[in-house]
Amino acid sequence: MEIIRSQKKTSDDEAASNLSLYRRAPDLEVRLDDFELYAIDRLRGFYAVLRGISDGLSRGKRPDEMEKLVNELWKTSMRHPDATQLINKDLISHFVLRLVYCRTEELRKWFLSMETTLFRYRFRLENPESQRMLMTEFQLPYKALSNAEYESVKDKLVQVSRSIGQSSNCVINVCVGIYWRILVSAMLSTLNSRVVDPDAIVDAVVDTIFFKVPFEEVPELVANRRVFLLKGNAYVAMNQVASIVVSHFRSNLSKALVLTNRKWTSTIKEQEKDRLTPIVEALGSSYLGPDYSQPTEFTNISLKDIDQLANSSFPLCMRHLFNKLRDDHHLKHGGRMQLGLFLKGVGLKLEDALAFWRAEFSQKIGSERFDKEYAYAVRHNYGKEGKRTDYTPYSCQKIISVNPSVGDHHGCPYRHFSEENLRAALAKMGVAGHAMDDVMDKVKNRHYQVACTMTFEAVHAASCDAGINHPNQYFAQSRKLLESKVVISESRSKARPDLMFFNPHPASPNMKPNVSNLPCYTNLI
Amino acid sequence: MTMEENIDERDDMQIDAHSLGNQQLNQFSFDYLKVYYGKLFPYADIFRWMSYGNEGKHPACDESFFSRREFSFTLENDVYLRFQSFKGATDLENSIKEKCPHKIDIGPVYNVDPSRRHAYAQGGNNVFMPVERELIFDIDITEYDDVRYCCSGSDICLDCWPLMAVAIKVMDTVLRDDFGFNHILWVYSGRRGVHCWVCDGRARRLSNEQRSSIADYFHVYKGGENSLKKASLTGPVLHPVLGRAYKDVLIEYFEKKLMQKQRLFSFEERYQKILDIIPDKSVASEIHEKWQARRSSTSEEGRWDQLKSILQSGKHKALRRCVEEIVFTYTYPRLDMEVSKHMNHLLKAPFCVHPKTGRVCVPIDPNQCEDFDPTSVPTLSMLIEELNAGGLQMDTKNGELERTSLAQPIRFFRSSFLQPLMKSCKEEMESAYNAKIQQSGKSSFNW
Repeated sequence: MEIIRSQKKTSDDEAASNLSLYRRAPDLEVRLDDFELYAIDRLRGFYAVLRGISDGLSRGKRPDEMEKLVNELWKTSMRHPDATQLINKDLISHFVLRLVYCRTEELRKWFLSMETTLFRYRFRLENPESQRMLMTEFQLPYKALSNAEYESVKDKLVQVSRSIGQSSNCVINVCVGIYWRILVSAMLSTLNSRVVDPDAIVDAVVDTIFFKVPFEEVPELVANRRVFLLKGNAYVAMNQVASIVVSHFRSNLSKALVLTNRKWTSTIKEQEKDRLTPIVEALGSSYLGPDYSQPTEFTNISLKDIDQLANSSFPLCMRHLFNKLRDDHHLKHGGRMQLGLFLKGVGLKLEDALAFWRAEFSQKIGSERFDKEYAYAVRHNYGKEGKRTDYTPYSCQKIISVNPSVGDHHGCPYRHFSEENLRAALAKMGVAGHAMDDVMDKVKNRHYQVACTMTFEAVHAASCDAGINHPNQYFAQSRKLLESKVVISESRSKARPDLMFFNPHPASPNMKPNVSNLPCYTNLI
Repeated sequence: MTMEENIDERDDMQIDAHSLGNQQLNQFSFDYLKVYYGKLFPYADIFRWMSYGNEGKHPACDESFFSRREFSFTLENDVYLRFQSFKGATDLENSIKEKCPHKIDIGPVYNVDPSRRHAYAQGGNNVFMPVERELIFDIDITEYDDVRYCCSGSDICLDCWPLMAVAIKVMDTVLRDDFGFNHILWVYSGRRGVHCWVCDGRARRLSNEQRSSIADYFHVYKGGENSLKKASLTGPVLHPVLGRAYKDVLIEYFEKKLMQKQRLFSFEERYQKILDIIPDKSVASEIHEKWQARRSSTSEEGRWDQLKSILQSGKHKALRRCVEEIVFTYTYPRLDMEVSKHMNHLLKAPFCVHPKTGRVCVPIDPNQCEDFDPTSVPTLSMLIEELNAGGLQMDTKNGELERTSLAQPIRFFRSSFLQPLMKSCKEEMESAYNAKIQQSGKSSFNW
């Protein structure tokens, strides 16, 4: 039983961490209730961890803010009355969610990203001793640089650490580096035997030890230019080691999810159809709220209303694209995708969509070229061409994370516009005075979705407690408000699909399996 | 995969005038294209390249390697054939000659023969997936439309070519020195940019995440039509990779070439865009007034020197970074990031003929890229004329090629790219094989 390493060792070793690498599923009996409840705590309860992380990321929180957030979320959601059960709760909830999230590419991607983020911040919170133990567990065979080699690249290493803002003390440390390096290489050679208690030493010299690692192993550090690269090797400082461990964690989990998916489709799904399958499917069905690929009650629009609707109910990102399209009769690829899928989600039928795009594009390039070169992509978005996937509209998180280029108008205006342009755009929507200042304030703190929510509230003169997570949600809520102002609607008490996400315990009783409280063995994962 | 299809389409989605004359030219060129594929296209070289040593007799050769590579053809009337695959050089040659594609794209090597992917996909286990792919880059001149004034859209000329030369120089150095790659092929895309193929084994086996990290390592440019600042540099000093690019390439190209060729300081609307980059509005308007009032220093150099001395005077500490930001904005490479990030993105094959310009996608020597002239790249009609000039004499295939201006690019392709690549593929194969023999020797010994 390797995974429960920490269980085994905690008795004789207080320093060992509770952070699991989740290499094997635990061999435990789990009550069916716990199976579901633990997963909900991890996934999307009111204080749930993964949902909180997703939210934090899309608000563009800084690493230090994320660290705090993850720590708090973990403590509140993953607690257990019986302290000895904490580790099991962690393991069980993780492995249950693997089942839930292995089933499509999209789900795997989301889960991988959230679990990796969670692991990253939990790893950072560990003490150096247990960090190094985890490294050994991953069998990372890194050697510290030799003195001669260190000398030859010293200037560059200093330049890199200055470029990422670790200025003065690092330079000093590099000067005294040689002395420490001798000490530390001795220490590292005895890494496993733990003859010395190395914590104190590590704290003092973390800045001066460098590992030479193939660049492939530290993609995150490469992407952010936080390492020096020479001939295919990255020079990683001791305090950046987290990144290496995290990328191993990520790639292991990514492979495991693909394997779990195979097992799920080939055996588990059928075997467990009366017991686990319904739970897994219920957990997965409302994972991030609806995906808005299907129009709902308030979203079914026809071509003749589209201008009026754009004006009253489109979020700024879509209004902007819509207006640019009307003005320029053209949008680049990213813009076509973002607006096109949004329009599909609000219920524009394929025929109408083709007519809509043709009407604009043909003014610039003629309808013949439109039919030849662009119509395919429109049908493609509706799942009528190519792989025939019914693509889902982009969420805020996705829109915020893109990098628009020259000539591009897609992306999130709150993030990608200059201040002047954003102010002008907001003014056009009728946002002014205090509301404008509040919105700009949120933008400065990189709370883009909050800024959008406040814009919604200012424009509609109504509150939006749920917050905006998706352009199509913005639209649906806007329609709901505006239509109820015209017709007094009885639909208030009706459960709305776009609100499911915000219900802390959405799994309804009828989704529960017939045979409850039987033990189940998660090791079949 | 289909996402990539979409993105790839964008290549031809640029707007340009379609005249009747153009259509007629295409009619003609279709016949020319047949001749080109019949007599000049280097099938054997493409096959050897795409086989990476697996076409030989060595016991470690993977015979199915080439046949698992996706090719895709764009035919006349924009019929698009994806997931084509071929058993060998002859098969590839016959199919191209028969279908006469306007464009040939090269995709990844899959785990199974892509033309038979449906047979494998029936288990529903997602077993069809890419396993190897060159690391590729695509740089389009259209991405630079806000910093060039000589042409716009798909056009390219000798005044904006330096932007491409900068990109090649900067990236080639980084790929070799930082990432340690050796087998790098630069190709003119036939119209509005350059492609780069990094073919080292290590590059071909990168995961999508690793590919993204390399693209991001290059990425400085923060574009979008609605933000003013295009290149944002943070931190007290530049990272060595950016510092070296600035010192060795960017500043020189900006001061010696682009400033004059694009006349960046001669017109108010042009220099205003440069002044917009300065975050301190009072400094920007001070300079603006100077240039408006005095007619004396109107030369590009004069104004640039003046701007530099004000920004670097030390009076405005926060502005020291500004000079670098201006130079980066106007010169630093702008990649089409999506192309590089995913294994299954398609890229046009070298030695294709661009259907709009008729120009052949010839390799570019990165050491001479500033002298490369996109306007004198061999065109289809030029090549056919050269062929015809030889009269009707029966000729060996090689003799015909030697007569044309395609001979030099193909020679360059072989000597500076293909041969060194083949050599290291053989070595790699040999050492992998030996390691395997040793391994199995050991384990059988244990028995």
